[in-house]
Amino acid sequence: MANKVAIELKNVTKAFGGKFANHNVNMTVNRGEILSILGENGSGKTTLMNMIAGIYFPDSGQIFIDGQEVVIRSPKDAFDHKIGMIHQHFKLVDVFSATENIILGLRDEKKYNLKEAAEKVLAISHQYGFDIDPNKKIHEMSVSEKQTVEIIKVLYRGADILILDEPTAVLTPQETQKLFAVLRRMRESGKSIIIITHKLHEVMALSDRVAVLRKGESVGTVITAETNESELTELMVGQKVSLNIERSEPQNPEDRLVVTGLNCTDRDGVKLLNNVSFTARSGEILGIAGIAGSGQRELLEAIAGLQHVDQGEMIYNNPKTGAQDNLRDKTPLQIRELGVRLSFVPEDRLGMGLVGNMDIVDNMMLRSYRRGKSIFLERKAPKDLALRIIEDLQVVTPSEATPVRRLSGGNIQKVLVGREIAAAPTVLMAAYPVRGLDIGASYTIYNLLNEQKKKGVAVIFVGEDLDVLLELCDRIMVIGSGSVTGIVDGRTATKEQIGLLMTKTSKEEADHQ
Amino acid sequence: MKKEKKTHSALFHLVKRAPLPWYWNLAVRAAAVILALLVSAIVITLLTQKNPIEVYSSMLDGAFGTELRIWSLLQNIAILLCISLAVTPAFMMRFWNCGAEGQVLVGGLATVAVMMFLGGKIPTPLLLVVMIAASVLAGIIWAVLPAICKALWNTNETLFTLMMNYVAIQLVAFFLKLFVKSGSGILTPMPEYGLPVIGGQAYLLNILIVAILTILVYIYLKYTKQGYEIAVVGESENTARYIGVNVKKVIIRTLLVSGALCGIAGLLLVGGTNHTISTTTAGGRGFTAIMVSWLAKFNPIYMVFTTFLIVFLQKGAQQISTDFRLPSAISDIITGIILFFIIGCEFFLQYKILVSKSGKEAK
Amino acid sequence: MLAFLVSAIRLGMTFLFGSTGETITEKSGHLNLGIPGVMCVGASCGCFAEYLYLSAARKSVVPFLAVLIPILATVLGGAVMGLIYCFLTVTLRANQNVTGLALTTFGVGVSDFMIAKTGAIYSRGTRYFTASLPFADDLGWFGELFLSHGILIYLAIVIALVSSFVLTKTRIGLNLRAVGENPATADAAGINVARYRYVSTCIGCGIAGLGGLSFIMDYLHGNWEYCIDAIGWLAIALVIFTVWKPNLGIVGSLVFGALYIASSFITGVSFASKELFKMLPYVVTIVVLIFTSIRDKKENQPPAHLGLNYFREER
Repeated sequence: MANKVAIELKNVTKAFGGKFANHNVNMTVNRGEILSILGENGSGKTTLMNMIAGIYFPDSGQIFIDGQEVVIRSPKDAFDHKIGMIHQHFKLVDVFSATENIILGLRDEKKYNLKEAAEKVLAISHQYGFDIDPNKKIHEMSVSEKQTVEIIKVLYRGADILILDEPTAVLTPQETQKLFAVLRRMRESGKSIIIITHKLHEVMALSDRVAVLRKGESVGTVITAETNESELTELMVGQKVSLNIERSEPQNPEDRLVVTGLNCTDRDGVKLLNNVSFTARSGEILGIAGIAGSGQRELLEAIAGLQHVDQGEMIYNNPKTGAQDNLRDKTPLQIRELGVRLSFVPEDRLGMGLVGNMDIVDNMMLRSYRRGKSIFLERKAPKDLALRIIEDLQVVTPSEATPVRRLSGGNIQKVLVGREIAAAPTVLMAAYPVRGLDIGASYTIYNLLNEQKKKGVAVIFVGEDLDVLLELCDRIMVIGSGSVTGIVDGRTATKEQIGLLMTKTSKEEADHQ
Repeated sequence: MKKEKKTHSALFHLVKRAPLPWYWNLAVRAAAVILALLVSAIVITLLTQKNPIEVYSSMLDGAFGTELRIWSLLQNIAILLCISLAVTPAFMMRFWNCGAEGQVLVGGLATVAVMMFLGGKIPTPLLLVVMIAASVLAGIIWAVLPAICKALWNTNETLFTLMMNYVAIQLVAFFLKLFVKSGSGILTPMPEYGLPVIGGQAYLLNILIVAILTILVYIYLKYTKQGYEIAVVGESENTARYIGVNVKKVIIRTLLVSGALCGIAGLLLVGGTNHTISTTTAGGRGFTAIMVSWLAKFNPIYMVFTTFLIVFLQKGAQQISTDFRLPSAISDIITGIILFFIIGCEFFLQYKILVSKSGKEAK
Repeated sequence: MLAFLVSAIRLGMTFLFGSTGETITEKSGHLNLGIPGVMCVGASCGCFAEYLYLSAARKSVVPFLAVLIPILATVLGGAVMGLIYCFLTVTLRANQNVTGLALTTFGVGVSDFMIAKTGAIYSRGTRYFTASLPFADDLGWFGELFLSHGILIYLAIVIALVSSFVLTKTRIGLNLRAVGENPATADAAGINVARYRYVSTCIGCGIAGLGGLSFIMDYLHGNWEYCIDAIGWLAIALVIFTVWKPNLGIVGSLVFGALYIASSFITGVSFASKELFKMLPYVVTIVVLIFTSIRDKKENQPPAHLGLNYFREER
């Protein structure tokens, strides 16, 4: 049974807006094997899989199933070839039961019979060792149960090639073990399984072979038994690239923001931040590295007063008054009233940081409109500021009265960062400030952050490109699954070191290495 | 991102277009209005068997035929505009205040009550002050109640405000039964206690007040901090939180403004126009106002034009109904048709239809 | 008391048509505020069809046709209103609230026009609608309460039960609910979201239209003097009241029917206070609205995508 090729990809290429997401990727998956696809954020893993699942259509290249060339135009075509994908974001109807979700949209059955369907669901779950109540509603389920429903949905439709997009990102270690047991059983029954992940130890524990993608290209496929974690890391992150971002020595660093034992949970009781402690110092850039969705956003929002904190303290040392204020349980307005000059460039630029339908001047006012006792808005200063930012940061825009939605991504970001810096902050937090920006705009942003650092601002920079983090930051804090897995010196750390820390889930595990 | 999928399943697909220059905006809307007029003309011609030219001249005559008609036209524009202004701050915040009808009515009821019980007993200036205060307060109560529930528990404001309309109607009915001794349910007008008449024109004061309100609301929405907060909350609650706006407070405060303006509309209708009240005093304007506001993109200046269009059509249709002996409800039918067209034309301003090249892609 | 209950049932079934129709519509994610207008147009079409048939048939009226023709005309009229709504919201992506309100303005205009143009001439046809089983009178209170009604009353209950069955026990119902809850998921599962929305809204409007017909022909005995938009708004509120379940709607509409007519059966209060009692259904609705929003129970929530249009590209 082994080594019979199930899917083969030949020179598959896909570009979005002129940028390659995948470039001439070749890959094979065999029957009865588990293949891991490993790569950093943005290396094109999900795009590649979406092309097999019929979500995207390749620009060029061929896909073969069982040696036959096939054209997959839609998820339905994928199903007809017995391919099923379990997406990272579940596509489930909350108020439906598991069975109802599983049979949703099926047409070929003779009669609508929930009972029979539920029995079939149970039969499938017994076969592979799932634990599921077919009549339970989705909104009463834990994340892992929802995932189970998604997997059974695919199996119910008879898939024998399963693609799982980061299935363990949302699971506890115990749940992960359970899932792996199920996947191994599927492998034994001859199914092909493709699993996208960044977690090295999972790759080692589960898969037969590993395909590594870097910047949209496949850099090699290795047999798991013949490799080790550091070799995979090197394949994944590649050689260090020199970017020539300037980095000055921090001047008189002082502790500006001391965070201790921060804990947050979301509405469903899932832990978002687990005992996070760190110090941000003035005149220094603190980088935060980690796989996307490991708690970076929640951490920044907690500091900004937008995320409810269960436990922990965030002490701000005011450089002017010398006062120590705890920012916990304060609204953004209260934080401001304490005299804390905290600027925040959020990840969601148009959904949070700016109002897309308003022009640049009105967006400048978001932070400053309250100033003064008058009930009227004062547009003169914001207008001057807008003009200054357009001039200084070379924002390309027809005028300052253009709605920001109409600007390009890089220019939107310049407007946002420009506004946040204009408030003369003492702490500046920026989440993925260069995401989606071209090289030139990215460097503008790096220079702005460096300038702030020189002015004595404590800069917190959440980034995803390790090369940038290593050249820009003085210290780098790595977080994994809501926990701090290590804080390293930006001048001496290596990419491999950070890459390894990123894939751990807790400090203990990291220390164990 | 999903376009690929769509292109090989459909022959054409839609993309959001970049905003069009103003003249295109105007042209598309004008085309919609003209089309709507044509359709209405066909409907009327079918009903009356008269030639459409005659119908249109009758419409023009109804709206502008005599000095009195022009005044009446302006008066109706003023009232509808006032209510449209009232609902606008709430809509900008994405709060569906469908209760303008009731808010206007209680405003009117408060006015009529003051006229009835205090008229002649206290000096006229004081009477005016009490009338204004009472009508504004009544409007506020009717609007703020749903707002509080929305802010606290996210209660569905659309239905809440709709139900408040009928509570108001019954309140008026109760009032009329209780105080109209004849039992006819028709309250004799009391022009002697109404708003003062200026310039010898009964409606001039109303029109002036609404003109001033239009400018004030324009300024409020565009140039004040509160107006700015409304816009931010309406665009994105997340951004509002990010800059530290108290969203609940803004919801309640905005409906306070909205209700107060509705109360004033009630005052103008009762104190400045009818000098009496009935359950149909608001006459569906509360609903028409919602559409006026929406179609004018919440801009008070555009609203002047939208209300003009709608009132002109209604007045014209009324004339048609008398000239050709048709029921007056014809004006509602025509308003409905016009609204369908204007609502529909928005699509062409926002989307572009692209014919797909997927034929090649699919080989 | 008996008379009160009988009246409550008769009026209640008007609400039931409206709320069943709106429930089916809302299950697809359409909040149709045009229901009052739809009911008005439905009633107008039905009455007009009856008028035409009776004038054409003169002496040789077939009772079966005298009922069937208006019903078909009503359903058709309602469905055309639904079509207008869907064309604007689904195809042209217009705002649902605004479209619904415009539909109401239009529909109320149409029916007012009808009333004024033709007057209350419908009483001629009303006897075909109120014709009851011949032996109903012989069975005392039981007969009067349960068997004395016209065809539309039973039709309302049958439609509510059938809708309830379709929504909960069939594949079509499952798909429809998925469209209203999460159109993106439904789309991914291969369900044609637009088609489901069109069809369910048109059917829903057709059913709601029957509510108008029932109100005029049965409850008012053809004496159509005033507009029925208040009934329409209450029917929309009833949907929330009955947590989007047509079978619960049977009970809910009886309650609403009873509340609505309570004022005319209450004795010993002044003429004026009766007007206050007429507030009852609205005040009760408000209280229920507030109460359900405070409780915020997951099971009793509206379809998650209610009031929102769905465009695949904007996902």
